Amino acid sequence: MFKHMIIILMTSVLVNNYVLNKFLGICPFLGVSKKLKQAAGMSLAVIFVQVMATAATWPIYTFLLVPYNLTYLETIVFILVIAALVQFVEMTLKKFIPGLYKSLGVYLPLITTNCAVLGVCLNNISDGYGFGESLVSALGCGLGFMLAMVLFAGVRGRIESSDVPKAFKGLPITLVAASIVSLSFYGFAGIIDNLFK
Amino acid sequence: MEKLLIAVAILTAIGLLCAVLLVIAGKVMAVPVDETFEKVRACLPGANCGACGYAGCDGYADALAKGKTKDCALCVPGASKVAGEVAGIMGLEAGTVEKKVAFITCRGTCENTSDKFNYDGIHSCAAAELFFAGPGQCTFGCMGFGDCAAVCDQNAICIENGMAHINPALCIGCGKCAKACPNSLIDIIPANVPVYVTCGNREKGAMTRKRCKVGCIGCKKCEKVCESGAITVENNLAKIDYTKCTGCGKCAENCPSGCILKRIG
Repeated sequence: MFKHMIIILMTSVLVNNYVLNKFLGICPFLGVSKKLKQAAGMSLAVIFVQVMATAATWPIYTFLLVPYNLTYLETIVFILVIAALVQFVEMTLKKFIPGLYKSLGVYLPLITTNCAVLGVCLNNISDGYGFGESLVSALGCGLGFMLAMVLFAGVRGRIESSDVPKAFKGLPITLVAASIVSLSFYGFAGIIDNLFK
Repeated sequence: MEKLLIAVAILTAIGLLCAVLLVIAGKVMAVPVDETFEKVRACLPGANCGACGYAGCDGYADALAKGKTKDCALCVPGASKVAGEVAGIMGLEAGTVEKKVAFITCRGTCENTSDKFNYDGIHSCAAAELFFAGPGQCTFGCMGFGDCAAVCDQNAICIENGMAHINPALCIGCGKCAKACPNSLIDIIPANVPVYVTCGNREKGAMTRKRCKVGCIGCKKCEKVCESGAITVENNLAKIDYTKCTGCGKCAENCPSGCILKRIG
């Protein structure tokens, strides 16, 4: 059981990295990765919201949509629930944990429409995970997001201080760099099967 | 038909539930926002330049609202207009804000000085400075890679003829450029001073002369002609004390290398 959870966690962090292998959540990946501190803040918010969203959407799917044969509504219901949840979390943080709100606050509304969060919830369902497995998978995806963000913030730091050809300045070189980082993550393909044989 | 109704009903129910929860949460967890803060913040220009000494306009507004400071005249870009408005809200004395501008204490253009080697590295003053103190003959002078221009939010700085130029009309005196300059060549001075020293070279006169046509050679002529004793030459560089300067302009007329300039206009 424990090994199974570790496999799910490692898979979602390294092999099925949401940003670099599934190309979900690209906008924050490109938008907020300029500075390491912001990248870390955004990632923490994503981890938090992903786990919360999974905890909210999995029961709704299993106990509400499945019995009534409404599984085709999953996308729209999940969007609705996640949006409300993020708002709720923001208010709660603002009231009870102002310190955390100050560091995560700016990023929380951005996550409302983050496809990585929605993607995790939908994929957990389609992979047939149970509640516990879903939570672990969501946590792993969040950690994977953080890994990608922090790595890429470093890469962007290097780009900033290098002499980029004029035609590539700005977004083009960022996308080229992102694709190379993404390629490097394909090196993890197959690692899980061999690690936990 | 029944299937459709169930779908609609469930979706509506979820939506309504979320809405009700959010409304309740909004009421229960409403955090009272300080009205003074909001008002003060609305007056400030929002440039977040940090000239007031706080972390951006939010920081200054917060300090005022919480009574950490009573000085309403700290906002340099906003000048007396903002100081007046802020004082009105806070019920305090407005005080006066002196309009300040950034000023480059160098005139090392391509005509006046030359390079000692060709620099082909990263296009940044901070990087060039690390490499034998920059490519220019004068190690104190402007290298013209534009680190100051890059941090200027007002687009007040341009690089022309090998060095930076500041447009005083656009400059708000925030001092970001002064922090960015690796040679500390940029001074934030009151906008209405009558004369300024346009050199930062602290070498002996003979060396300065070799490096730049308009460098301060530390001859002390300005010190002698100044009737109010406002100019002192320290470390081979003239320095004007603006609290004593009467603006007679004699120093500028008598400077043999022409590095003291009268303000135009």
